[in-house]
Amino acid sequence: MLWAALSLSLGYNATLVTLGASLLGAAAGMAGTFLYLRKNALISDAISHATLPGLGFAFLVAFGFGIDGRQLLILLSGSALSAALGLYFVNWLTRETRLTQDTAIGCVLSVFFAFGVVLLTIIQVIPAGRKAGLESFLLGSTAGMLYSDALLILILSIITALVLFVFLRPIKLVVFDQGYSETLGISVRRVDFIILMVTLAVTVLGMKIVGLILIVALLIIPAVSARFWSERTNIILVTATLFGALSGYIGSAISAVSPGLPTGPIIVLCCFGLFLFSFLFAPKRGVLAVALDHYRFQKAVHLTQGLLSMAAAQPIYEPKTQRLLRRLGYIRADGVATETGKSLAAKTLLNEKRWSYWQEILKESDQLDGQAVFNLMDIETKLTPDQIKSIDQGLALKQGERM
Amino acid sequence: MGSEFVALGLTPVLISAFAGMACALPGNFLVLRKQALIGDAISHVVLPGIVVAYLLTGQVSTWPMMLGAAGAAVISVVLIEMIRRLGRIEYGAAMGVIFTTMFAAGVLLLEQSDTSRVHLDVEHALFGNLETLIWLQSDGWGSLLDPLSLAQLPPQFFRMVIAFFVISAFTYIFWRPLVLISFDEAYARTIGTQATVIGFLLVVLAAMAAVAAFDAVGSIIVIAMILCPPATARLLTNDIKTQVFLSLILALGATLIGYVAAGYLPLWLGYSNTLSAAGMIATVSGLLLAFSAIYGRHRKRVI
Repeated sequence: MLWAALSLSLGYNATLVTLGASLLGAAAGMAGTFLYLRKNALISDAISHATLPGLGFAFLVAFGFGIDGRQLLILLSGSALSAALGLYFVNWLTRETRLTQDTAIGCVLSVFFAFGVVLLTIIQVIPAGRKAGLESFLLGSTAGMLYSDALLILILSIITALVLFVFLRPIKLVVFDQGYSETLGISVRRVDFIILMVTLAVTVLGMKIVGLILIVALLIIPAVSARFWSERTNIILVTATLFGALSGYIGSAISAVSPGLPTGPIIVLCCFGLFLFSFLFAPKRGVLAVALDHYRFQKAVHLTQGLLSMAAAQPIYEPKTQRLLRRLGYIRADGVATETGKSLAAKTLLNEKRWSYWQEILKESDQLDGQAVFNLMDIETKLTPDQIKSIDQGLALKQGERM
Repeated sequence: MGSEFVALGLTPVLISAFAGMACALPGNFLVLRKQALIGDAISHVVLPGIVVAYLLTGQVSTWPMMLGAAGAAVISVVLIEMIRRLGRIEYGAAMGVIFTTMFAAGVLLLEQSDTSRVHLDVEHALFGNLETLIWLQSDGWGSLLDPLSLAQLPPQFFRMVIAFFVISAFTYIFWRPLVLISFDEAYARTIGTQATVIGFLLVVLAAMAAVAAFDAVGSIIVIAMILCPPATARLLTNDIKTQVFLSLILALGATLIGYVAAGYLPLWLGYSNTLSAAGMIATVSGLLLAFSAIYGRHRKRVI
């Protein structure tokens, strides 16, 4: 069953929904990356909760005009309008009062959502409202989705992705270097506005599939996960887009074969699975890579210190250093240095002397920046033979002076 | 409207009033410390905590659920901190990852398990069930002096009152360090304040308010009451003491106006159904905030 859903052979509707969810995930991954890199991730929380009153209001207005309020386009338009209003209030509160942005976000999301709940209690009284199933927008539901709805979401997702693609260049510039993009004449405000509008579109489109409470996850988690894999905007962007699409694809496929479960939470847990994988296993920034780096560094420090003590014929007390040296065969069990140990100790001492001389030279000419740990590296792999030659001459001269 | 109000209206009003004040009190410091969205995160993760507690004990009873919810709140705070430090992710994004995932897990657990015979669902968690907290044993205002019928008050009432007094006592005892870490954490540290400990206790207290209030009034009202009354008060005064008292009064005012508006406004307009009281209370608190954002004496940033 799951395989049938994954290979898009579970009927026309399920296929459309799966494609729509993947595209939506891709668009969310992209928009989310920009939000995250602009340090604005949680504004999506305000946008998504602020859709609820619009949803209820659109239904009521449509009902008042005698139109079937369940028409998806009507509901989505209402949601988009109230989300835009919520967004405007967040910006207004942050700009015009002394409240910070996080407070403004929290106030707007809770008050808008609460007012939406009030409207829902009105709708539930209307006989048509009771079976409207507006609750399915809270957690998302693709079960029993109409063909026209799936098609609408698919088309609008394609348009959103296209808009993002058209503005990709200026957005990337602003995210990467705000000052530079300003000198090129790109309006940062306008770019921020485009990012927020695309976020809004993704949120509104995602309401039916992921649900308005959890669409935030699709905007934040892929971007955060992608950040682990690279330092380059381009690669982060592509990774986040892939992660978002993959989550939407797998999540909606699983949901297609288990119709009793809401779709949103499944997609979110798929996102989290990818996050967890990135968090643990990503090279360089992942937790395991960082721990391994730390272990290697610790080992190098112990080894260098131990060999330096051996070269100076000082006793070694540190148990970890002793263990390390013994295991590598540099000292015998009784603590006496072996032949390889002796030669390596001498080499380490020379390395250390050369580095400290080099460091002095750098310090005298004011080129030393920061507290780089030089003596853990082999100087012959870092400097040219000419430089080492001059260091050795300098060291010999120094020794001559002392004698 | 004597005895009918005491039986049907009095307890919901009192419970939501205490809930609002218990949430607003720690909210004052969270708003100043730029941790406003902690309340949002906590009220989302309460759901999985309650579901897990239900699955473990097999019944909907007060203490296991409170413990489950509190445990989930603490776990989420620890996880957010872990992701932030180990993964070098900024705070807001780390929070977004954890609370959405935990909420999603809670919803799935709830849908998978058989909860049809107990009153436990997602909408209940979001909207609360204020309207069902009635005091049928009462017999007019005189019941307030009758210990036998007082004992029949809904358990949520006692829980909320206790939570409010614990939070008030904490705020009173730790007033000085709380104010210090809210305005200038670096300075607080130099004069020997345990800023990390106090900051963590503050979050735990907010979690306690959220957990105690959540069952009765739902999580929307929790987020609204943690943030809106303190934010409103902040735009009205420069003095932290005045701000805290104002926020309590505003929380109380929003509760009363909101409850009356939800219960009686439709009746006066000629409709027979009432509106969601929790939703209306939060909406009123938002209107109060809008009012002070336009007219508040100290609404502007001091440059």
